[in-house]
Amino acid sequence: MRVLVVEDDPILLDGIKVGLALGGVTVDGVATCADARAALATSRFDAIVLDLMLPDGSGLDVLGEMRGRADATPVLLLTALDETADRILGLDSGADDYVGKPFDLDELAARVRAVARRHAGRAAPLMLAGAIALDPSTLSVTVAGEPVSLSRREFSVLAALMERPGMVRSKGEIEDRLYGWQEEVESNTVEVHIHNLRNKIGRTAIETVRGLGYRMRSAT
Amino acid sequence: MTSLKRRLFAILVAATGIIWLVAGAWIYVSSRSELEHVLDTRLQEAAKMVHSLVDGRNLPTANDATGPTLLLPEPSAYERQLSCQIWSLDGHLVARSTGAPAVQLADNVDGYSDRVVAGESWRVYAIEDPVKRVRVMVGDRIGLRQKLVNDLIIGLLAPALLMLPVLGALIWISLGRGLRPLRDMAEDLQQRDAEDMRPLDAGKLPTELRPLAKALNALFDKVEAARRHEREITAFAAHELRTPLAGLKTQTQIARAASDPAVRDHALSQILISVDRTTRLVRQLLALTKLEAESPVVRSASHKAADLLAEIVSTGPPAANIRVEIDPALAEVRLPGPREIWMLALRNVHENAIQHMPDGGVVAWRPTLGATGLMVIDQGPGIPDEELDLVTQRFYRGRNRSPSGTGLGLTIVAIAAQRLGVELELKNRTDRTGLQVAFIIARP
Repeated sequence: MRVLVVEDDPILLDGIKVGLALGGVTVDGVATCADARAALATSRFDAIVLDLMLPDGSGLDVLGEMRGRADATPVLLLTALDETADRILGLDSGADDYVGKPFDLDELAARVRAVARRHAGRAAPLMLAGAIALDPSTLSVTVAGEPVSLSRREFSVLAALMERPGMVRSKGEIEDRLYGWQEEVESNTVEVHIHNLRNKIGRTAIETVRGLGYRMRSAT
Repeated sequence: MTSLKRRLFAILVAATGIIWLVAGAWIYVSSRSELEHVLDTRLQEAAKMVHSLVDGRNLPTANDATGPTLLLPEPSAYERQLSCQIWSLDGHLVARSTGAPAVQLADNVDGYSDRVVAGESWRVYAIEDPVKRVRVMVGDRIGLRQKLVNDLIIGLLAPALLMLPVLGALIWISLGRGLRPLRDMAEDLQQRDAEDMRPLDAGKLPTELRPLAKALNALFDKVEAARRHEREITAFAAHELRTPLAGLKTQTQIARAASDPAVRDHALSQILISVDRTTRLVRQLLALTKLEAESPVVRSASHKAADLLAEIVSTGPPAANIRVEIDPALAEVRLPGPREIWMLALRNVHENAIQHMPDGGVVAWRPTLGATGLMVIDQGPGIPDEELDLVTQRFYRGRNRSPSGTGLGLTIVAIAAQRLGVELELKNRTDRTGLQVAFIIARP
């Protein structure tokens, strides 16, 4: 899962980035509305954590622009203004959730997962594909009830594929999920992770679609 | 006296009492003179009447065994007032009225006189007739006259004195009625809770209470504005404190949850930075509150600008790779006003300059033109022109914000300058990027 965090306080931004990354989320952080617009123009995110009071404007403006161009990426507002009226205004402007500062990091991570899950059209917190079950909140995967140990990257690749079983994910899309901007992307890493995943969860679970990418086999 | 009603009552009763006293005195004096005039006239008339009745030819002589004739029947009470004597010119008492003394009432020749006879004061009118060879004297006891006057006055004043308590009660009740609008207003104010700052309806009040109502309304407005200001500040401060608190909490949770020592160390160092920043924010908030609570200062002592700056530079946080220049001419610049406010203003300007400096920059303190003040010039990014008026607002952090800024530094500087009565001038350098902040002290 890849999340954009827009927050102007450097320490809080750092905290959210590191904290969400601990939960297996790839995080990109920006501090201004302008940088947020640039990030949204160039990358796709599964969710956005958006601060309201930014140095060059209000996060609500960015949110309005997104919804204006039918960008349905889930947005979780983050703000120190936690009066009811502010919450209502934020939600009515198109936000999916609202967290007041100071917040609990685990709760923020859970809410991010929740808005991303709803956006992906899933109601159950567990992702299921055949005998494989993935729990994004505990970063655990089981195959036929047996726990499987995965690295963070392998988990992210599997999560990207399992979000929509049966749908093809391109290599580029998977890479986007794996790496933030600052990270160096190696050309064959996705293949390596898929190879390792197949060793751990079963040879037939992930299907290669020639020229397009990969998908989870929906039925066994 | 604290009660307006009692005060008015006392004034009204005293005034009424004085008026009555004066009126009483006046009545007394005028009645008395009028009465005396009437009585004197009566004396004269009585004397003339007696004189006309006297037949000079058959006057009894002093040798008459019969003695003086009693002229009038025995009278009583007021009737006994007049006494009449008829004397022959050779000094014999010819006749006298009942109750009249045997001693001659007057020794003057003619007209009115006052005399004490046998311990009693008399008012006498005398007529001397050389033809009839008699002297007629009619006299009044002055004590009786006085009693007459007193009875008259008492008759006039007694009802008035009896009416006095009634009048007092009437005044008291009327005052109660008259002061009712005041009591109503007090009740209206009393029933309000602390939040209720609605203005009083001055239109419904009597003219005398309107200035009071207007003054109260103006006070309500001021209190309301002060409270609104306070609420905004509190809300703002809460908001500004929440973000660093959120950062602290997040980093703390990371430090607890992280198994990687590098991640934990990073989080802990972030916590340290955040605690320092939050401390600074709280310190500035407190400085601001204190500054705002202080009353405008009187210029008393003055301080050498160079001394204060030297102290600020030596006690401030070390600024690596930034050079601070203090113009020696600043030793001549005197800063009038309390030292701590000047230190607060200068320190915040100085820290603001340092925070925005690139590596190797120079922060220069100089006297202003004409040495009436001082200014600091930095080599930072400056402030966009459209933000120059905004940066002194609370928590305003412009585009060229420094990461450790609180948004309060220049606010403190502006309020301190206002308290010190000096002009604060913020402008961008024209020769290169950088900000120039000047304190311009008006010459006394």
